[in-house]
Amino acid sequence: MSEPISALNHVSFDGIAKVEEIGLQGMITLRGDLSDKVLAKAVKDATGQKVPVQREALVNGDTGVVWMSTDELLVLVPYQEVETRLAAMANALSGTHALAVNVSDARAVFRISGASAREVLGKLAPVDLSPEAFQPGQIRRSRLAQVAGAFWMDDGETLRVVCFRSAADYVFKLLKIAAQPGSEVGVY
Amino acid sequence: MLILNCPYCGVDAEETELAAGGEAHLKRFGPGSSDGDFHDYLFMRENPRGVHFERWRHVNGCGKWFHAARCTQSLEVFGTYSAQVTEPPKEIREAISAKRPGWTWREFE
Repeated sequence: MSEPISALNHVSFDGIAKVEEIGLQGMITLRGDLSDKVLAKAVKDATGQKVPVQREALVNGDTGVVWMSTDELLVLVPYQEVETRLAAMANALSGTHALAVNVSDARAVFRISGASAREVLGKLAPVDLSPEAFQPGQIRRSRLAQVAGAFWMDDGETLRVVCFRSAADYVFKLLKIAAQPGSEVGVY
Repeated sequence: MLILNCPYCGVDAEETELAAGGEAHLKRFGPGSSDGDFHDYLFMRENPRGVHFERWRHVNGCGKWFHAARCTQSLEVFGTYSAQVTEPPKEIREAISAKRPGWTWREFE
């Protein structure tokens, strides 16, 4: 079998912030009743995290779980382990009205790091990214110019952005332009 | 610019993050209904100057549909509420009455 590679294969750009495609990330879309105990246990077993509350992101490196909507979670696991963890999850959820699907290869993930990381994303999404409004531990689904995207902060100067793989090239070009040297705005 | 609070994910989403879904609280007249009812269901829409109820979808966000009550004249938003209702909830009606006494919209007032 051929070796899987990510959409842009670790491409990166250095500007007012560093923009990089971080490669393959295992992702499982989990839909169901988020107050369900069986579902909560399946999430705990797969990621070690509790079920996030509204707009909460509980991420540690390449493992974690983020809130996507009132009945949807995005479970992050290492890419190599996604099949085994998905099987365990599907097995645990077999008696419940829930659905878990591997969407790893349908997505691309970027990291924006540096003092101006908030500004780079702030130019593209209609979201208040000031430190008062957006902090690590929160997820926001929105749009990046013309395509859908979700993002959260790993720390005060690092953002992680998830988009559809088919739009990866577009999003990378957007981020590259937004991170052009000398393009600091100075609002955040 | 219209900013609506999505009742499902709780964010203040601005217009470009949303998709408009037309008039709210339509009652469907499908197979078996009279031609007149079906015609009205399909084509007849409110076009008020003032209080209006609409459906919106947080398409670049949580993806959920919700309802919004707003004023078409001033763009003032009276409130947003769940999609799982067939008429505006009491607190939304009271919020409108406080600002637009005597308002009516279709069969609601």
